[in-house]
Amino acid sequence: MTVTQAPSQAPETAKPLRRISINPRESGIYVAFALIVVLFTILTDGVLLEPQNISNIIVQNSYILILAVGMMLIIIAGHIDLSVGSVVAVCGALCAVLTVEMGMPWLPALLLTLVAGAVIGAWQGYWVAYFGIPAFIVTLAGMLVFRALTLWVLGNQGIGPFPDEIRTLSNGFTDGYLGNIGLGPLGGADLVSLLAGVAGVAAIFLVQWRQRKARLGYLQQVDPFPVFLLKAGGAALVVLAVVVQLARFKNLPWVLVLLTVLVLGYSLLANKSVFGRHIYAIGGNRQAAELSGVKVKPITFWIFVNMGVLAALAGVIFAGRLNQAGPTAGNAFELDAIAAAFIGGAAVQGGVGKVVGAITGGLIMAVINNGMSLLGQPSEIVMLVKGLVLLAAVAYDIWTKRRAA
Amino acid sequence: MTPILAMRGITKTFPGVKALQDVNLAVRSGEIHAICGENGAGKSTLMKVLSGVYPHGSYDGEITFEDERCRFSSVRDSERRGIVIIHQELALCPQLSIAENIFLGNELARGGLIDWNRTNHAAGELLRRVGLDENPVTPVSELGVGKQQLVEIAKALSKKVRLLILDEPTAALNDTDSAHLLDLLRGLREEGVTCVIISHKLGEVRAIADSITILRDGRTIETLQAAEVTEDRIISGMVGRDLSQRFPPRTPSVGEEVFRIEDWTVHSPVHSGRLVVDRASLSLRRGEIVGLAGLMGAGRTELAMSVFGRSYGKDISGRIVKDGREIHLRSVQDAISQGIAYVTEDRKRYGLNLIEDIKRNVSAAWLGGLSRHGWVREHEEHRVAEEFRARMGIKAPSVRSVTGKLSGGNQQKVVLSKWILTDPDVLILDEPTRGIDVGAKFEIYSIINQLADDGKAVLVISSELPELLGLCDRIYALSRGRITGEVDRADATQERLMQLMTTDRE
Repeated sequence: MTVTQAPSQAPETAKPLRRISINPRESGIYVAFALIVVLFTILTDGVLLEPQNISNIIVQNSYILILAVGMMLIIIAGHIDLSVGSVVAVCGALCAVLTVEMGMPWLPALLLTLVAGAVIGAWQGYWVAYFGIPAFIVTLAGMLVFRALTLWVLGNQGIGPFPDEIRTLSNGFTDGYLGNIGLGPLGGADLVSLLAGVAGVAAIFLVQWRQRKARLGYLQQVDPFPVFLLKAGGAALVVLAVVVQLARFKNLPWVLVLLTVLVLGYSLLANKSVFGRHIYAIGGNRQAAELSGVKVKPITFWIFVNMGVLAALAGVIFAGRLNQAGPTAGNAFELDAIAAAFIGGAAVQGGVGKVVGAITGGLIMAVINNGMSLLGQPSEIVMLVKGLVLLAAVAYDIWTKRRAA
Repeated sequence: MTPILAMRGITKTFPGVKALQDVNLAVRSGEIHAICGENGAGKSTLMKVLSGVYPHGSYDGEITFEDERCRFSSVRDSERRGIVIIHQELALCPQLSIAENIFLGNELARGGLIDWNRTNHAAGELLRRVGLDENPVTPVSELGVGKQQLVEIAKALSKKVRLLILDEPTAALNDTDSAHLLDLLRGLREEGVTCVIISHKLGEVRAIADSITILRDGRTIETLQAAEVTEDRIISGMVGRDLSQRFPPRTPSVGEEVFRIEDWTVHSPVHSGRLVVDRASLSLRRGEIVGLAGLMGAGRTELAMSVFGRSYGKDISGRIVKDGREIHLRSVQDAISQGIAYVTEDRKRYGLNLIEDIKRNVSAAWLGGLSRHGWVREHEEHRVAEEFRARMGIKAPSVRSVTGKLSGGNQQKVVLSKWILTDPDVLILDEPTRGIDVGAKFEIYSIINQLADDGKAVLVISSELPELLGLCDRIYALSRGRITGEVDRADATQERLMQLMTTDRE
């Protein structure tokens, strides 16, 4: 009974299935996002989707989205990280001290800050993975410790302004290397951004098409061709629309470029790498994973290191955006990041979730925030709505699970 | 005698499945009535209908208890009528005391405050009735499974039980505890308590039941008077065919030795200094199926898991020799790469990721072999999983089906697939057919035979002696952590093995 041996009997279906498969538990979040966008577009008379506003939404929420990516991996593994807000603050402060007070060039300062984030992550990862203290406790302690460190580093006052390069990373836009091009009634738009958008769309089609071909080759189930076109076309259309709007405003924000790289990279890591698969295995059933030879402790350790690095990156970007590292930076960011992950389909017990889901969850909150402030709603109402959305998202998740059982 | 309980025309449908179809059950007052059937036959569903877990209106048919139509909308309703169900998984709170557990939800209180003296006194009385000699204030976590089972029964008695339903009460008990429990049930019968018992252990059913109702595929097949039936008669009712052979035939071709442990000694990780495995030695040969018999608590699983990359125990000493060379297995990864596989006795807790699909469970222990530079070759993974689904006969619509929804037998096939994929030379199978119905058992036995025919050495750990006798070429007996004997297939009898398994340390 070796693996290489040919199947002793032909698979029941000699032809690949072409069938529409929709998982309500996973797709619900994207439908909800679309509905929320439509709702606020109508309520704000289209202001929500105006070029400058789209750009604002992305730039103002980039650091939460970066945190949400790391948080998703931690929650999939069945842990939680309450300290990211404080880590954001202490890393922003460190970067300010290095660049502003010590005059270090921006790139080494940024790299050093990321290393500091890794060290912080390693500290917490050690207690969680090797010492066996629940992550809730370790990171609750971290939340206090790193906030205290922030105050100590900053001497209880803000430090700024940051070098231009860091501000550009947080707030700036790609240059219009090739100049503008007229888009008829839409006015002028940046050619580089448009080309990037077209390249992105082409990549979507290419990757989807290759995956479909491969799946057909292995006799797996695929969508019928029109549905495939509709799905890929829909994704392409959204990407293109966002890019056109951004190109009409001020080209692509650098943080969007960064976020795109992070999302692609981490999606790949989570879905296709052995490391990523092991995270899901640990979250799904830790003991079974251990008995299957998964190195539970090192993997737990490294996802906390990863979270530390991403929190440091978010810290630099947040400080750069405000052009100052302040003692209260990052307050309650952990809650937004955790909420983004849960709205985006993570399960409380772990083992479930997607990086794209965390981003979508973060964007849902971002659009609610932005849309309601455009409507002039006071912040308490915004908070109330966000809280109810979080509750509704998790309730929906549990409801679909119970219905399936 | 008049029936105390009559269930007529019970039909219960879940989305897509008819779990029960026109089931009838009549239980006479003061008898012990056994319900037998393969896994998935609908036994537990029927009991959940009776006890109100599925409320009135969610099923069709009618229930009459003590000449009254019953429409229970919750478990509380049925308990008020004296129908108490004890589930397979015990529902006790481990940190609470025996007395607190007995009166949980039913507290002896005055003016909203619990009267502890009365509670503990009453609990003591109930413990005496079930023959459990423990202090009522002892936390339940300090009791073994057998005693916890007795606490459950005491709890049922505290509710003035008229009809006691036990779902697989002896599944987790050793023979002594089982015997004690069966005696207790006989005693309760004398006191006028009617019992419905669900059990896979047919010997036990024959020993205790007055009548037996057999379910198959959600239908009532027949009700038999226990005095006149044999085990084979019950089995043929359950599977719907005469099972002339419970074990597939096999001609063993045994080769040279591949695996040996010598003087293997393991200490308990919890109680320091306590020996769990004591200088055990055994050897396995290519193409051989070897049994490991032992009572619960003899150290079978502990022996297996400590060998499997030190997954259990501390202060482990002894030698492991594979293919004539001593090897050191410090971790599960070491064990896997040395060609050792361990299939756990508790597949839900230790064997499967129940929220993931078949594909990802099959590949879980061999992702490295299915990947290139740290990236999983997903299509290859899918192909391999499909291949196993076909070859092992895993009944599921596709390899994307979530394992948590499969039946016990199919889950076990997924776990076996996972380990066969690692291409091991030595497989340790811990209770490979626990909680699996008769038909699926036969399939698992065939797979085990096939593994041996492919030249692998297989060590089977089992509580069921007939299983070991039917399957193995050679059987070791383990008693209190020591190998007390080795018996060849030709000389092995249940009596001989039982004698070795109960041998005390000299």
